[in-house]
Amino acid sequence: MPPTTNTAATRLPAEPVSDEPKDIAAFSCPLPLPARDRILLGHGSGGKLSAELLKDVFLPALGNPVLNRLEDQAIVSLNGTRLAITTDSFVVKPLFFRGGDIGSLAVHGTINDLAMGGAEPLWLSAAFILEEGLPTETLKRVVASMHEAAVKAGVPIVTGDTKVVEKGSADGLFINTTGIGRVRDGVALSASQAQPGDAILVSGFIGDHGIAILAEREGLQFETQVHSDSAALHTLAAALLDATQEVRCLRDPTRGGLSSTLNEIATSSGVGMELNETAIPVREEVRGACEMLGLDPMYVANEGKLVAVVASSAAEKALAALKNHPQGRDAVIVGKVTGEHPRMVVMRTPFGTTRIVDMLAGDQLPRIC
Amino acid sequence: MKYLDEYRDAKIARGLAAEILRRSTRPWVLMEICGGQTHTLMRYGIDDLLGDSVQLVHGPGCPVCVTSLETIDRALALAARPGVTLVSYGDMLRVPGSKADLFQVKAEGGDVRVVYSPTDAVQLARSQPDRKVVFFAVGFETTAPAHAMAILQAERLGLKNFSILASHVLVPPAIRTLLGSPRNRVQGFIAPGHVCTVVGYREYEDLVREFHVPIVVGGFEPVDLLEAIRMLVVQLEEGRAEIENQYVRSVQYEGNRPAQEAVARVFEVADRKWRGIGSIPVSGLRIRDEYAAFDAERTFELTCVCAEEPAECISAEVLLGNKKPTDCTAFGTRCTPERPLGAPMVSTEGACAAYYQYRRHAVAR
Repeated sequence: MPPTTNTAATRLPAEPVSDEPKDIAAFSCPLPLPARDRILLGHGSGGKLSAELLKDVFLPALGNPVLNRLEDQAIVSLNGTRLAITTDSFVVKPLFFRGGDIGSLAVHGTINDLAMGGAEPLWLSAAFILEEGLPTETLKRVVASMHEAAVKAGVPIVTGDTKVVEKGSADGLFINTTGIGRVRDGVALSASQAQPGDAILVSGFIGDHGIAILAEREGLQFETQVHSDSAALHTLAAALLDATQEVRCLRDPTRGGLSSTLNEIATSSGVGMELNETAIPVREEVRGACEMLGLDPMYVANEGKLVAVVASSAAEKALAALKNHPQGRDAVIVGKVTGEHPRMVVMRTPFGTTRIVDMLAGDQLPRIC
Repeated sequence: MKYLDEYRDAKIARGLAAEILRRSTRPWVLMEICGGQTHTLMRYGIDDLLGDSVQLVHGPGCPVCVTSLETIDRALALAARPGVTLVSYGDMLRVPGSKADLFQVKAEGGDVRVVYSPTDAVQLARSQPDRKVVFFAVGFETTAPAHAMAILQAERLGLKNFSILASHVLVPPAIRTLLGSPRNRVQGFIAPGHVCTVVGYREYEDLVREFHVPIVVGGFEPVDLLEAIRMLVVQLEEGRAEIENQYVRSVQYEGNRPAQEAVARVFEVADRKWRGIGSIPVSGLRIRDEYAAFDAERTFELTCVCAEEPAECISAEVLLGNKKPTDCTAFGTRCTPERPLGAPMVSTEGACAAYYQYRRHAVAR
C-alpha cells in the first residue's frame, strides 16, 4: 500500500516551535515499512517471520504431501515400517555454555525432533562447517561431547561430513545433524490433532536454556547460575506414550519458547488454548533474569522440555507418567484446549483477567526501560 | 520474587479494584504516561478488572514511539556508514524509519549492536579504536543520567571515537501540551515512576496548580497502578487536585541529585520534536557545547531528512483518548508489530502494540 499523505503531518518538520495550544487530533504517525527484500535475523527466530519464509519461499518451491505437514519430523513409510526423518542445524553462540555445548545440543535437538513424532531414534548423521582458524582443541571438545551425548542416548552417529570455509564466513563452527527413527506402532502424533477439552502438559521448568545462553553471551552474573536444560527426551516421550494412547501431540518448545509452540499447535488444529498463568513452571532465577532483561519466559528457548496435548480423560495418567520419569519430575498441566477463540492462545492471569499469548514477530527484543 | 510478587498479589489487586469500583461515581478519564505502565495494564487486564469505573487513556511515554522520524533516519544513515558501529537499545531496532529499520540496515552489512547499558558502548569504543562507535541514546529523563555518564566516562578515558546520537524527551512539557489541547479529556494523570525516581516530582506541582488536575506518581506493577488509580479516583471524587506519590519505595520529592547533576553537566534543555506529535517547546535535552565532540549530530555530517507520514494511522486520536487502538481500521490488519504503520505498534510499550499483543481476543468478544 503506498503511503498516503497527511497534510498536517507533512508540515510538521518545518513547523516552528510555538507555545500555542496544539490540537492533538493533528498528531500524525510514521510511514509503513517496505516489503522485506533481505533475510533478517528474525527470519530464523522460529516466530512469525520464520513462518512467512516457509509460506512464501520454501513451500511454493518444495511442497509435497510429506513436507506440507510441517511437523518437526517427516514421517515416511517403507515396506510397512513408518520412519521418522528430521534435520536441524546448530549455530549457537557461545559454543560452550553452562549445562551443555553446541555438540551435545546438536545430538539432543535432533533426537528430540524424532521423539516428538513418537519415534524411537535409531541413527544420526553429523555435518560440520568449520571456520578457518578454529582451534582444533575446540573441535575436539565439541566432538567428544557429541560422542558422550550420543552414547548416553544410545543413538549412534553413523555418517558425517566436514567443510571448511574462509575466516569470516562462519562463526567458528556450525553443526547439522540428521536423524532417522522408527515410529511406534499405533502412534500418530500431529500438531493438527488437538481437540477442545484436551489437557496441555509441560514436562518441567521453562526458559532455562535461553537464559543460560544469554547469561553466557552477555557475561551476566546472577546469584544462582542457570544451566541449560539440554537433554535427549526420547525416553521421557516413550514413558508417556507407554502410559496412554490418548496423546494427540508432542512438541519440544525450542526457539520461540512455549508460546510459539502452543500457537503453532493451536493454529494447526484450529483450536483455542487457555493457560493458567500460576501453573506455568518458571524457576525463580529465570524469572529474575527475565525481569532484569525485559524478557518473557514464555518466549525463551528450551532444549530439554516437552509439551504434550493429551485427551482430558488421560491427563492425570499422562501427568503421573511424566512425573515418574527423572526428566519430568516437575511436569504440570498448564492449561486446556478450548473451542473458543480459535487459533489464539490466551493466558488467564491470577487476577481472573485474560490476555493473549502471541507468537513473536521476530526475536524477542529487550526493552529500553 | 521478593519485592515483586507482593505487587502482583491477586488478592490485594482485587481489593483495590473493588474499592475503585465502589468509590467511582462516573467514568473518570485517566492517563498513564509511561509505556511500561501501559504494558502492565494490558498484560494483567486491569482495564477489564475496572469495568466502566475509569477509562484509561494511554499516554505518549514510550521512548521508542516518540523518537522523531528524522532521528531514526539519521541513526539508519550512521549505521550504514563503513567504519561506524551503531549501538542501540534492543527495541529501537525494529522501529520503522522512512525507508527501513535498523534490522534491515544490519542485514545489508551495517554494524549494529544491542547493549543493555550505554557504558557497554563506551567499552566497545575503547576496544575497537579504529571504528567510530555511536550510541543511539533515546529515552525520557530515566535514561539521560546513564547517557551523561557514558559521555563523562568517554571524556575521562580520552576517547575520540565515541559519540551519542541523542534524542531525549521530557515528560512534564508533554503533559502540558496534552492539557493545553482544546480537545483534552484527561482528568487525572499517573506520572511515570522511573522518570520521577530521577527528577523527583517538584515540576509536577506546577501542572497540578496550573491546570487543577490531580497527578499521582505511580509504579509499574499491577498493585502499584491500581493503587495510583484509586488515589486519583479518591481525589477526583473529593474535588481535589494534588500531587501524590504512590511509588514511595523508589521516588523521593527531590529525586536523585547526583543523577540530575550528571545530566545537567552534559545536557541542556531544548525544543524537541516528538514523533506523531510535532515540536514541543523545551521538551528535550541537547548535548552542551562543551561536549560537542561527543555529539554525533555535530561530529558527523548528517543531512536533515523530511519525511511524509501516512494518514490512516490514528495514533493522535489514541493519545487523546478519543479512540482506542482497536478503533483503527488498520489495527491488526495493515498495521501489526511485523509491519507497523505507526510507532505505537512497534515497542510493546506502545499502546497499539500492547493492545495487539494482549487484548485482541477481548475485542473479538
